[in-house]
Amino acid sequence: MPLTDRLPKLPPRRIDAVVIGASAGGLQALGVVLGGLPSGFRMPIAVVIHVPEGQASKLAAIFQARLKLHVMEAEDKAPLMPGTLYFASPGYHLLIEQDRTLSLSQEERVHYSRPSIDVLFESAADVFGEHLCGVLLTGANEDGATGLRAIHRAGGLTVVQDPEEALVSTMPEAALELFIPDFVLPVKGIHTLLVELERNNA
Amino acid sequence: MCPERTADIELRLLVEGIYLKYSYDFRDYSGASLKRRVLQALSRFECESISHLQARVLHDPQLFSELLQFLTIPVSEMFRDPTYYQALREHVIPVLKTYPSLKVWIAGCSTGEEVFSMAILLKEEGLLDRTLIYATDINPRSLEKARRGVFPLEHVRKYTESYQQSGGVRAFSDYYTAAYEGALFDKNLIANVTFADHSLATDSVFSETHFISCRNVLIYFNKRLQDRAFGLFYESLCHRGFLGLGSKESLDFSSYADHFEPVVKKERVFRRL
Ligand SMILES: C[S@@+](CC[C@H](N)C(=O)[O-])C[C@H]1O[C@@H](n2cnc3c(N)ncnc32)[C@H](O)[C@@H]1O
Repeated sequence: MPLTDRLPKLPPRRIDAVVIGASAGGLQALGVVLGGLPSGFRMPIAVVIHVPEGQASKLAAIFQARLKLHVMEAEDKAPLMPGTLYFASPGYHLLIEQDRTLSLSQEERVHYSRPSIDVLFESAADVFGEHLCGVLLTGANEDGATGLRAIHRAGGLTVVQDPEEALVSTMPEAALELFIPDFVLPVKGIHTLLVELERNNA
Repeated sequence: MCPERTADIELRLLVEGIYLKYSYDFRDYSGASLKRRVLQALSRFECESISHLQARVLHDPQLFSELLQFLTIPVSEMFRDPTYYQALREHVIPVLKTYPSLKVWIAGCSTGEEVFSMAILLKEEGLLDRTLIYATDINPRSLEKARRGVFPLEHVRKYTESYQQSGGVRAFSDYYTAAYEGALFDKNLIANVTFADHSLATDSVFSETHFISCRNVLIYFNKRLQDRAFGLFYESLCHRGFLGLGSKESLDFSSYADHFEPVVKKERVFRRL
């Protein structure tokens, strides 16, 4: 079904933040999802991509060069600002607090991953409830599936990359085994959806 | 304001109960991570709700000390973030060398990996003999491990690498002997270390210091509690004393921001003004 036919299903509610998780193949997928988002895009976006620990992350620099959004590596206690894209740092879980500030933690890895997508998604679901959009992209690991379900259970909007298109389908498939998300879309469609959500907020 | 959700109410009551009963103060910890750890403890202790856990914890000190292992994050590494230790060698040690005697405070030292790393660094710089180190934490079990100085052998390869990257010049194996239980680190390294139970949330300053290293502790605190800790550090440090934080911690969002100046900003090394 073409995306435009499904967009009327967009919720009649504000979406205050977007959280995105990806692993293997995620860099490219994320490039398409976020590429060309206009500079007036207001929803803050927090991203966990699995990258090797103990290595300085270049993600923020890579995406800052390509995007009109303000891009930064997540800092402990930083307030979640509109129009800003945050990347979780290697070696640290990223969480969102009730006062909508970011916090970091070094507790155990989840699915061998720190940062873990589940940790970000679960904390964000707790804070934003139905005003959250969660997106799970390609990956070779099951991290993110229960987190996305937590967003779903809290009434948030959930999006899974079409496993047919995903470079590695394990991650999207793990989510689809747990529950039925609001959207299963190719990355281009996810991009359009974000633009529509932003318009819907206005 | 929407009414607080049941789990959040229960969490507050648990934390309040722990404070009243055991004097451990988790009331100003970062909520999201605290909640996560308490929920993990629920399944581990087979409790159906936080209230259930609270009732058990209040009546069972043994269970509380188990729960403390969840509430504190007892993870550490030797020479974690080697570039931090490099920055200390280059920018802090030369100044510390000008003092006839030194006091160093490692706050939130956990199981001791940071203490041994610092002691090795001070030894190589010829400072260990004139340095007193205070190594503090709130988790008695971690302090006990720190005193023993035995670390798992499977981590030694990584520690060796980090030690070398930090600017270490000797053979790392000079500092430990491999034994059945693990790598036993040289006890001489901690001859001048005082391990002590001290909470940044409830205790006060106990000594003047020249250098404080407090890494990956403040991320578990909310802003108010961070400020309390920064206040203690400010009070304890001598004029122009040094403060080192974890690689993702900063003074930027604190009301103490203008009481310190960055020395090596990227490595989170600051100096008291
Ligand atoms: C993740 S460990 C950090 C260990 C070490 N500093 C490092 O960076 O490798 C955090 C430590 O902070 C300690 N801690 C938590 N709350 C504290 C408090 N209020 N005062 C002192 N230490 C505390 C915990 O017990 C734990 O050992």
